[in-house]
Amino acid sequence: MEKFTTLSAVAAALPEDNIDTDKIIPARFLKTTQRTGLGKYAFDSMRYRPDGSENPDFILNKAPWRNAEILVTYDNLGCGSSREHAPWALLDFGIRCVIAPSFADIFFNNCFKNGILPIKLPREVCDQLMSDSTMGSNARLTIDLPRQVVIRPDGEEVPFEIDPFRKHMLLEGLDDIGQTLQHETEIKTFEHKVAGERPWMPTITLD
Amino acid sequence: MAPRTLFDKIWDHHVVETLPDGTSILYIDRHLLHEVTSPQAFEGLRLAGRKLRHPEMTMAVVDHNVPTSDRTKPIEEPESRNQIETLERNVKEFGVPYFPLLSASQGIVHVVGPEQGISLPGMTIVCGDSHTSTHGAMGSLAFGIGTSEVEHVMATQTILQRPAKNMRVTVEGELAPGVSAKDVMLAIIGHIGTAGGTGHVIEFAGSAIRGLDMAGRMTICNMSIEAGARAGLVAPDDTTFDYVRNRPFAPKGEDFENAVTFWRTLATDDGAHFDKEVSLRAEDIAPSLTWGTSPETVLPITGTVPDPAQEPDESKRVQMQRMLDYMGLEAGQKIAGTPVDVVFIGSCTNSRIEDLRAAAQVAAGRKVADGVRAMIVPGSGLVKMQAEEEGLDQIFLDAGFEWREAGCSMCLGMNPDKLTPGQRCASTSNRNFEGRQGPGGRTHLLSPAMAAAAAVTGCLTDSRELV
Repeated sequence: MEKFTTLSAVAAALPEDNIDTDKIIPARFLKTTQRTGLGKYAFDSMRYRPDGSENPDFILNKAPWRNAEILVTYDNLGCGSSREHAPWALLDFGIRCVIAPSFADIFFNNCFKNGILPIKLPREVCDQLMSDSTMGSNARLTIDLPRQVVIRPDGEEVPFEIDPFRKHMLLEGLDDIGQTLQHETEIKTFEHKVAGERPWMPTITLD
Repeated sequence: MAPRTLFDKIWDHHVVETLPDGTSILYIDRHLLHEVTSPQAFEGLRLAGRKLRHPEMTMAVVDHNVPTSDRTKPIEEPESRNQIETLERNVKEFGVPYFPLLSASQGIVHVVGPEQGISLPGMTIVCGDSHTSTHGAMGSLAFGIGTSEVEHVMATQTILQRPAKNMRVTVEGELAPGVSAKDVMLAIIGHIGTAGGTGHVIEFAGSAIRGLDMAGRMTICNMSIEAGARAGLVAPDDTTFDYVRNRPFAPKGEDFENAVTFWRTLATDDGAHFDKEVSLRAEDIAPSLTWGTSPETVLPITGTVPDPAQEPDESKRVQMQRMLDYMGLEAGQKIAGTPVDVVFIGSCTNSRIEDLRAAAQVAAGRKVADGVRAMIVPGSGLVKMQAEEEGLDQIFLDAGFEWREAGCSMCLGMNPDKLTPGQRCASTSNRNFEGRQGPGGRTHLLSPAMAAAAAVTGCLTDSRELV
């Protein structure tokens, strides 16, 4: 996983509540067995017209937001399906940071697993950042993860919260499995304990 | 020890270790796999040279993009076929118990788990699918995860989690005749909103919930995710134990009795703390449905479509208008009487035998209205067989419904069962997002009885008028 330290990039505003993962990537594009190559389907129903041509009114089809690496939305971003194809599609499109007043739990988790930083900020701050983003390429937002601040184009710094473990994983670009496997002894001990306490626990075996 | 909730107890039973920052390594008892969210995880294991830690705690089935038509023919869509074949190769290589497409036990993973006795009370259950919350009806902590987490569970049989907050939704009283679990859950989501449960596990309690059969409890827990909750739970009781007894993979004999003794200790203690409490009266709930493109846009069937002009917040007003435009509805119109093109009875929300019986009760002796396509997609091969033994298939076929094979089908349109742009569907599924059932499709979420009523009248109809 790519490390996340600082990011200075164009931000695009999608001023909507409840942007669900079906909207980020519709189910019909989930038939891949790969993690990559999904960027072309990101926001399919908003980005393309029914004939397949680009919708020129959609923010991510306009310069400079076509190159946006930050998205700012309203509440409950990523609700609905648990599909990790949603962060995969965002990442493949080039998005490394998503900012919203609130997120759906599974999407929030999935972002971290893919080196995308989700930042929770109050709705009125999101409004300010959306307003900044309309200044186009002159309005780059800077995300400084080590210092936990979003730096607005006028230099104002907006602090944000992040769980220390997740911050560490993002800064180092670490994947969880290796970390957890360092606790092999504890896992084995737990398994032994459960086998003693709940010996009736069945296993699944098919003939 | 301080009084604990059902969630607290299951959590405590599964914590392997809590790390200094408060994240816990949580042990997973059951890992359910399907073809869409697992291939990248198996590939990750392979690349890292890792094994599946506990194949005997894992189960796989194909459901999301399987055809629901004749299965003796090859699968036409090459990408769907590839995903199914990839799963079949992976389960063989990694030794995972698997219910293949042509097995009678195949079906939607959230129908198959409880039906086979694989999902049991007190367990932690995960699957790369948000509707894993369904299994919470067993009194298990069950939630959806992303594919990276699927790989993590495969390799370690654990997941990294922080404890959720506790929320309790209590529904006291008796449901009026013709009001089902689906109506209860739609009413709850309409009340608390799609983010009402975010960060929480919801325990559903109260006499109206305890009075539901297991299928009804599964419908409720299934849509916990539509209320934003991490999981839904119902305390295991005699209804649960009677359901579990003699299921193929449930404990047997003395083991079963010992298990029940343990399961009885799981219910929330008196005086346990809930971070959030919501109460509804069962008598206030009418047959309900959604009018918009978010599951919280709920109306009783006797209601009228809301007017965006009454919404004070500008961004919400714009979003409401956009929903009305997308759905082809007018503010202030009566929702009953709106013509439908398609009726879909199925999905992990409402495809169990009890759901099919409720639909058949309305369909019996009637005909599907002219110009309406109505499909019944049972949740599993076993549900289908039981319905056929009870003669429900004949009731549906005589009425002009399609009687199909088990799978996710038109809930999400990954297989050939899709809406075309502008088509309006009365659907027993769980999500009414734009394009969910096919690009441009318009979805009204409702119960099996209401869906059947829409099929035979050709429009959204109060099912109580027909039984």
